[in-house]
Amino acid sequence: MVEIVAERFTYAVILVLMMVGLYAVIATGNLVKRMVGLSIFQTSVFLLYIATAKVFGGGPAIFDYDDLAYGTIPEDAIYANPLPHVLILTAIVVGVATLAMGLALVVRIREIYGTIEDDELSEIDHDDELKKGV
Amino acid sequence: MEPQVLPAALAAHAPALLVMIPLIMSAPAAMIKNGRVAWVIAVLSVGAALAMALEVFLATRADGAIWSYAMGGWEPPFGIEYRIDALNAALLLLLGTTGFLALLFAGPSVADEISRGKRSLFYSAFLICFAGLSGVASTGDAFNLFVFLEISSIATYAIIAMGWRNDRQALTASFNYLVMGTIGATFFVIGVGFIYMTTGTLNMADQAQAIAAMNGNRAVEVGFAFILVGIGLKAALFPLHQWLPNAYAYAPNFVTTFLATTATKVAFYVIIRYSYDVFSVHTGFVSNAMIWVITPLAIAGMLVASTQALFQNNVRRLFAYSSVAQVGYMMLGLGMATSLGLTAGMIHLINHAMMKGALFMALGAFALSYGIRRIDDFKGLGQVMPVTSAAFTVGALSLVGVPFTVGFISKFYLIQAALDAGWWWAVAAILISSVIAVFYVYRILVAIWVTPPGESDKAAPKRVPLAIAVPLCVLVLANLVFGVYAEPIVSIARAAADAAVYGGVTP
Repeated sequence: MVEIVAERFTYAVILVLMMVGLYAVIATGNLVKRMVGLSIFQTSVFLLYIATAKVFGGGPAIFDYDDLAYGTIPEDAIYANPLPHVLILTAIVVGVATLAMGLALVVRIREIYGTIEDDELSEIDHDDELKKGV
Repeated sequence: MEPQVLPAALAAHAPALLVMIPLIMSAPAAMIKNGRVAWVIAVLSVGAALAMALEVFLATRADGAIWSYAMGGWEPPFGIEYRIDALNAALLLLLGTTGFLALLFAGPSVADEISRGKRSLFYSAFLICFAGLSGVASTGDAFNLFVFLEISSIATYAIIAMGWRNDRQALTASFNYLVMGTIGATFFVIGVGFIYMTTGTLNMADQAQAIAAMNGNRAVEVGFAFILVGIGLKAALFPLHQWLPNAYAYAPNFVTTFLATTATKVAFYVIIRYSYDVFSVHTGFVSNAMIWVITPLAIAGMLVASTQALFQNNVRRLFAYSSVAQVGYMMLGLGMATSLGLTAGMIHLINHAMMKGALFMALGAFALSYGIRRIDDFKGLGQVMPVTSAAFTVGALSLVGVPFTVGFISKFYLIQAALDAGWWWAVAAILISSVIAVFYVYRILVAIWVTPPGESDKAAPKRVPLAIAVPLCVLVLANLVFGVYAEPIVSIARAAADAAVYGGVTP
């Protein structure tokens, strides 16, 4: 049992982070905390990608090209897969944009409703609907 | 590819241009202060995208034609490939047409609902959303698809929240959509990650080959499950539809019209692409998912969401629940996992865009003239706005599936496909859901045509401007014409379904 976890230690950490994030999104009523949970959830997925890119003994895919033709790599070179890094750079940008959008909405909700607690918001929305006779 | 309608220089890059034009033009639209000029820019760029979509559609009309466009000249599978066959070509044409019609309607509607200083930014966000949806529909690269999905989603959250001036609930609706939409998109990335880990490629056509060779690999199957849940959330597959009713009910009228006709359809396309093209629907795992997951949820959605629609007083929320039920019809066609079933699903996808476009546009016209949303406010509307009410009625009848409207054609093909598969219980579910639809539509139509108007409030309505009347009439006529002469829609849908089922080769 311990060996199974030890071999997959990174995945175990990622899984825990993922569940922490998802739980925070579901369990908290505070909109800012919900955004924090969402960010943790997204970040755990970034780690999942990065973890798979790692090759034992491999560094970044940067080589001296003094004695090599441009664009070629040494034959016995061991290097980490750079593609997931590139993907995750894009995903981080997407995550930041989502976070910014979410926080902007929270600011607006605070201005207009005067609260950022989910249960209070639903109460206000419910009263609004009753007032309008829906 | 041979140029069809455009000059050769433009036609050669049509798959890229149809995404890039709206995306690039969103920047000038944001910089211009004047909302009217921004609207003209938006109309022109969506019009250009529509022309590109038409070009792409005509070029891929031949049996089994696939237009593979290497973005930036980097050959697939290493570069990003835009891969267009009859399936996405049909979707791109639908996206361009409904986007263009909705945008015409936007002129007066947005001027009424969005404050002066925000209009050009609003159009800019809309263009980004449109570019994102076109990107999802045309790309052949899994990660590119995720990025476009998020581009369109983030812009959608912004334009839904713009409805707060009418009703502040738009803000909470948008926030809930943001949370659920982000979870859905992240699930999609996890799924793509699993598939990338096992196949080592992100190109969807390349993945399909690798996956076919590793039948029964658990990691790939887990990846498929994550993708199904993530995109199911975006497609409002019951029970993942919780974000949709409020988002549709409180967004500006134009946004609801556009989203109801396009957003869930694009997500539905992604599900088709993954379950039929990247994965094979004939492998045990995917066909089990179709029969035991998609089909029961589709039927539950058809029945439960229709029933929920019965109890709504806000007309737009009523039709939002109805949209969830209609997604159920499309999913049912998908779940049959036959060519006939998928054809029925595609027919309903196109027809539903026509019905809901007409309905939400008519609701927008009512809102512009009277600012009303509840069924009680619709009393006697047939006497003061007869033409718009008639248009609304046609859309509503089409939704129920009355003969000589497109709704009838959808249900006819869906029932035919269900009988062909021997699914009599699915036929029963379709009929029950249609009967429920009769009831909720009946409530509104009675309020419009039978109940006498209230005393004072219906004085001198604002005239419905031409920019609303024209697209509304086009959609209503489409509802009637394609309801009688169904062949064009059916042949487009059949080509699209064949492209998905047989990989573009008609047997």
